Amino acid sequence: MVLTGAVIGTLAAWLVHFGNPKNMGICVACFIRDIAGAIGLHQASVVQYIRPEIPGFILGAFIIALTNREFRPFGGSSPLTRFFLGTLVMVGALVFLGCPLRMILRLAGGDFNALLGIAGFTSGIAGGTYFLRQGFTLGRSYRQPTVNGYLLPLAAVGLITFLILQPSFIAFSEKGPGAAHAPLLIALSAGLLVGILAQRSRICLAGGLRDLILIRDPHLVIGFLSIFAFALVFNLALGNFGPAGFAGQPIAHNDGLWNFLGMALAGLGSVLLGGCPLRQTILAGEGNTDSAVTFLGMLTGAALAHNFGLAASPAGVPASGKIAVVVGLVVTIGIAFASISRVATTAKKGAMSVGA
Amino acid sequence: MAPEIVDARGRWCPEPVLLTRRALDSLTGDQLTVLVDAVAARENVSRMARNAGWSVMVEEIDGGYCLTLTRPS
Repeated sequence: MVLTGAVIGTLAAWLVHFGNPKNMGICVACFIRDIAGAIGLHQASVVQYIRPEIPGFILGAFIIALTNREFRPFGGSSPLTRFFLGTLVMVGALVFLGCPLRMILRLAGGDFNALLGIAGFTSGIAGGTYFLRQGFTLGRSYRQPTVNGYLLPLAAVGLITFLILQPSFIAFSEKGPGAAHAPLLIALSAGLLVGILAQRSRICLAGGLRDLILIRDPHLVIGFLSIFAFALVFNLALGNFGPAGFAGQPIAHNDGLWNFLGMALAGLGSVLLGGCPLRQTILAGEGNTDSAVTFLGMLTGAALAHNFGLAASPAGVPASGKIAVVVGLVVTIGIAFASISRVATTAKKGAMSVGA
Repeated sequence: MAPEIVDARGRWCPEPVLLTRRALDSLTGDQLTVLVDAVAARENVSRMARNAGWSVMVEEIDGGYCLTLTRPS
């Protein structure tokens, strides 16, 4: 766990060194957003690029899961609900401007706005654990025909192919964050390595705080701390750090309230989904088709966030983005409550059939 | 007394851990059987139970794992 965090933190710092945007060595939300732009799902010209790290995560997890016989095509645990939760998690993350992983990397780069994000994320997770205690569940999953588990890894190969061939229908940013990227082979290798380690260690940014609050288990949160420590050390060593503060941070805004609420939405949604965007991506590689659907939900969320002008920018959070976060929180809490009552009925039915 | 069983097969994490935890809290006997199908669930349930002092025996069954949790003496 410490090792996985160390590798993620170190690689994130080096990826910035090799050309990725500042404080964005690895960001699952931002990179999915860039991919959504590259394949034409949104037209924000500054954030369009096929980030090889994402297909790298999926394929790394896929290969290691196959090797260890942990590849299991399963699914059917409320896929549609997961799709929408994934969409909302992405909207929250893009109002903050980063997934939970980038939140740590931002802090490790001297961006104190991340502190409000962490406070919001923790609140969202604490809220989510309330629902878990009440018996929240999205229902059980079932074995799926094997081909289901191969589709997302296959799509990942397709994305890498597009990146290499650069066909005219794929958009690549000429300026902005989308134009800043590490060389393909370095980024892809880093993605594969992180995918493998994250699959082995089950590292999860949301799970860390969740387990700490819910069952007082620090196992996963150690990964969280390890990422921070190693990213900080290497940011300092490579000259990526700071100047520290709130104003003028790279690809960030300093509207504290919306940094807090954006990450609260991402945290709550992640707990209900059973994992942060990174973990969902890894699980999708292992054959978890519910997580694969969540991934597609996140891709859709990223596209909508830019098509509807919800996503924040260094200029701040647009009014529509604020409305979206509030609506997102209301809908997510609504889903959480609804999924408790459904469980109660299922449990009763289950008990009857056992007795019969 | 019939052995108490938690069937957490098909449940994505953290549900197997929560179901087990709830069952342990209300358990009257000294043994609890937990069925899981994912390796991650097996690890998580084992870690939670061991942290709480229970001994854990893991057995591979068709399409998953059968965990036997025994109360600390």
